[in-house]
Amino acid sequence: MYKSWWKILGAVLVIYSTIAGFLIKTPDLPIIRESIRNLYFHVPMWFSMIVLFSTSVFYSIKYLSSSNPHDDIKAVESVNAGVVFGILGLTTGMIWARFAWGQAWSFDVKQNFAAIAILLYFAYLVLRNAIDEEQKRAKISAIYNIFAFPIMVVLLFVLPRLSDSLHPGDGGNPGFNAYDLDSRMRMVFYPACLGWILIGYWIYTILYRLRVLEKAQR
Amino acid sequence: MITMQLFAQGQGSAITDSLYASGKIYVVVAVVLLILLGLLLFLFTIEKRLKKIEKKTSAKI
Repeated sequence: MYKSWWKILGAVLVIYSTIAGFLIKTPDLPIIRESIRNLYFHVPMWFSMIVLFSTSVFYSIKYLSSSNPHDDIKAVESVNAGVVFGILGLTTGMIWARFAWGQAWSFDVKQNFAAIAILLYFAYLVLRNAIDEEQKRAKISAIYNIFAFPIMVVLLFVLPRLSDSLHPGDGGNPGFNAYDLDSRMRMVFYPACLGWILIGYWIYTILYRLRVLEKAQR
Repeated sequence: MITMQLFAQGQGSAITDSLYASGKIYVVVAVVLLILLGLLLFLFTIEKRLKKIEKKTSAKI
């Protein structure tokens, strides 16, 4: 957490993927055209969110066995960081949808369920603040978090596949990788994902350390 | 706007025809890059300040 090599790696990967994302040639598909470049920026937001929520669940489970308050702080702060990435993913998706699907919000299943998934985590953050006693708060929110995570995964990756959706990878639509994520795009897409995941994790560690300092001051 | 889009069909997309042809996509890349670099640098300075305070408080305790 305190080492800096992976922070630099994350920064370099994000910078590389931004430059290459704008300049490298992409397949010219109908309707999406150049907006396919959004793939390098919109999708990594969701991946970062998933990684941050996974760390949160990891620490929630750890908290239940260890009762170490630091594990609870880790769980909350990774959700705090993950929610930001989720909102970014949702809004970038809306901008893209405005031009690819015609409307920013077409009540597509993927959009609806993604919004619900984020609300699920808002509920987690609000619920925590409603409980005054520290240990109780940590325990209840850890249990909530453990249940929220699989529901989020189902909302984002299972249910949209079962009904009609405009989103690639859902409702019988092939994912981008099935027909147009060619090798050139992979060279940008994977580094972009890794880079943004590292940046997201870094932001979480900063939030965590801040919270620990705040706690020490009190 | 609609006529422009119709006009662009069949050839490359509107962006490849206009922006790339004039080569000015680099301007956008430069702007986005500056924002990104600024934000990342900002993150690194926050990290530095945080490390300083962490050292101080751990020395105090």
